[in-house]
Amino acid sequence: MTTPAPSAGATTLTKDAAPGETLLKVTGLQKHFPIRKGLLQRQVGAVRAVDGIDFEVRSGETLGVVGESGCGKSTMGRLITRLLEPTAGTVEFEGRDITHLGVSAMRPMRRDVQMIFQDPYSSLNPRHTIGTIVGAPFKLQGVEPEGGIKKEVQRLLSVVGLNPEHYNRYPHEFSGGQRQRIGIARALALNPKMVVADEPVSALDVSIQAQVVNLLDDLQQELGLTYVIIAHDLSVVRHVSDRIAVMYLGKIVELADRDLLYKAPMHPYTKALMSAVPIPDPRRKSAKSERILLKGDVPSPISPPSGCRFHTRCWKATQICTTTEPPLLELKPGQQVACHHPENFEDQAPQDTVLLTAAKEAAELVADEVLAESAETSAAVAARVAEGATTSTEAPAEDAATESSADEASAEAPVEDAAAEPASEDDTPAKEK
Amino acid sequence: MTELSKSGAAMTEPVDTASPAPSAFLEVRDLKVHFPTDDGLVKSVDGLSFTLEKGKTLGIVGESGSGKSVTSLGIMGLHTAGQYGKRKAQISGEIWLDGTELLSADPDHVRKLRGREMAMIFQDPLSALHPYYTIGQQIVEAYRIHHKVDKKVARRRAIEMLDRVGIPQPDKRVDGYPHEFSGGMRQRAMIAMSLVNNPELLIADEPTTALDVTVQAQILDLIRDLQKEFGSAVIIITHDLGVVAELSDDILVMYGGRCIERGPAEKVFYEPRHPYTWGLLGSMPRLDREQTERLIPVKGSPPSLINIPSGCAFNPRCPYADVPKDNVTRTVRPELTEVGSQHWAACHMTHEQRERIWTEEIAPKL
Repeated sequence: MTTPAPSAGATTLTKDAAPGETLLKVTGLQKHFPIRKGLLQRQVGAVRAVDGIDFEVRSGETLGVVGESGCGKSTMGRLITRLLEPTAGTVEFEGRDITHLGVSAMRPMRRDVQMIFQDPYSSLNPRHTIGTIVGAPFKLQGVEPEGGIKKEVQRLLSVVGLNPEHYNRYPHEFSGGQRQRIGIARALALNPKMVVADEPVSALDVSIQAQVVNLLDDLQQELGLTYVIIAHDLSVVRHVSDRIAVMYLGKIVELADRDLLYKAPMHPYTKALMSAVPIPDPRRKSAKSERILLKGDVPSPISPPSGCRFHTRCWKATQICTTTEPPLLELKPGQQVACHHPENFEDQAPQDTVLLTAAKEAAELVADEVLAESAETSAAVAARVAEGATTSTEAPAEDAATESSADEASAEAPVEDAAAEPASEDDTPAKEK
Repeated sequence: MTELSKSGAAMTEPVDTASPAPSAFLEVRDLKVHFPTDDGLVKSVDGLSFTLEKGKTLGIVGESGSGKSVTSLGIMGLHTAGQYGKRKAQISGEIWLDGTELLSADPDHVRKLRGREMAMIFQDPLSALHPYYTIGQQIVEAYRIHHKVDKKVARRRAIEMLDRVGIPQPDKRVDGYPHEFSGGMRQRAMIAMSLVNNPELLIADEPTTALDVTVQAQILDLIRDLQKEFGSAVIIITHDLGVVAELSDDILVMYGGRCIERGPAEKVFYEPRHPYTWGLLGSMPRLDREQTERLIPVKGSPPSLINIPSGCAFNPRCPYADVPKDNVTRTVRPELTEVGSQHWAACHMTHEQRERIWTEEIAPKL
């Protein structure tokens, strides 16, 4: 391996990609963990932790990744940092394919992609001093910073708001928030281009969380960093991200600019996820009806549902959702969504109107106002589109089987009629909360 | 719900204590829980008082190490229950539950109350449930300890409870083991277990912290519905202000083992009168507001409970520590003073000073 080892300038920042250019590009990325059984350890199945995702990270931005536990967000983080070997797909960093690079070929790249881990208690070696921990990247990469490693480590400690004199202390002498700062200092040691942070604040107390969030913010502005921040807390993600990817069972279901996503989520799952966040406002206790309760639990990633993976819990699911997987399409500029019947937008499969039985059960948990509002906004958007202002991408999905259960099901659900009429009487523009 | 009425309602009178029995359903007076350790005395709870009526919900918020969980275990009498030789917790104060003082009561009597009059939902259902027994066995055990019924009746009761908390196919799942349940289902099973005896006081210690938001929403809904149905008093302990706002009638904010602010939920959220509460509100990114540029964190970190700062425990982190005169924040511990109807805060600043700072400096930034 040849490490050119340029002067890893603490002062000079060499950023190859200009802000806004694609830094990391991921196509069709998959990671299946085999399940082996028996004497011969034959593979009997696989946990499809990440199952075909595409996205890119632009230089200088923060991409937030949200989803429930088990949706594959952490696996995704480990794949793009190449801590795990992808099963399929490609990862390109600065135009270079790094999907299957070996350990030694990866080493020069490691300098550019660093990671901050969730648990500041287990990610720091308890037998090493802070100086050794933060100085380790220099030793591994054979980099001799200006003025020596010790001086550079002390500078890094002060950058993250720690006392440089604590150089010789051990991790147990620090609180949780301080340890997370140590982890951040270590990640920043080699002037990375991209930092992947996996739940960087979820182990911290609220008041400390805010300190670390602000620190990450400041560092990004000072050093021009690119972040991929993986978290389950939607309010933290909104605070830090420019764009947000929502994952469900190994897939990205929606990828959009922050403001678009939070103002008008298009995927029903995104909408449900956001409505589930408790609002710290006692006066809204009565406004609980806006909440969308999802039925049951996330299905197992060993045998994910066919078609759209959310169809087992979705209140808008129809026949097509069980058979055809919706592609991730850019329906609005800056908002990609994978859904046949998106919220706040024209229905992508308007022919298919019959709700599944499961969807009817799911809809019972959703307040009527929410359903009505959703139908109204979809209708309004559709009407605008019909007027010809914008021509949106046509749904590539074919109508699967509308007639099959049309007769028996049409009677009982009053909901579906409202939800299914694409262009109806109401022309008022979409009201957003 | 089949009501197997609480037999033995007539309880032995508590040992006579100095102060008269209060009228409130639950009243905690000057509760102190201290733990002797090699490094010194850990004052986890250091003088806490509050009252709670039936059918009401009290939310206790605070950071880790502020004494929230120790308070709840103290009420349940679980600190004295374990014998750790000389390392026993030192508990003082009074806890009145429905006219009975618990700390001075006979341990056997408290054991009869525990699980029946007062029950608890723990944070991590995987470690709170026994992995070796089925969910059904564990619920049946909880029921039969307090009710002399045979196993069949108890099992029927267990299935009924599992059904009530929304576990599908309760007659089958009753024979499942905890590891066969998902996180949300386990938490439901634990709620079923704690409610099996219709307790009048339910303490939920971080009931949703280990769960995803969508499951959290389901569980919070369930707790709210069950409370309405059973009319019990609920104490919900959490660090998430969102959860507290959803459920609580009253809020108690703890810091360094003491209550620093207490009042009706609306007051605490809209007219908070303690700088630490301001800090908590400012630290939190909120989905229901416009995006703020920066969060306003509380500087520093929570105090060590062995060396609680003298004076106001919050003074090293408080941006307004120098507002009151004569360095009083560093020498005198502030007492809770009434700042509004049913609203107390422990701060040396005058009412006017706090009102001005809140309305002029803090509120506009939130």
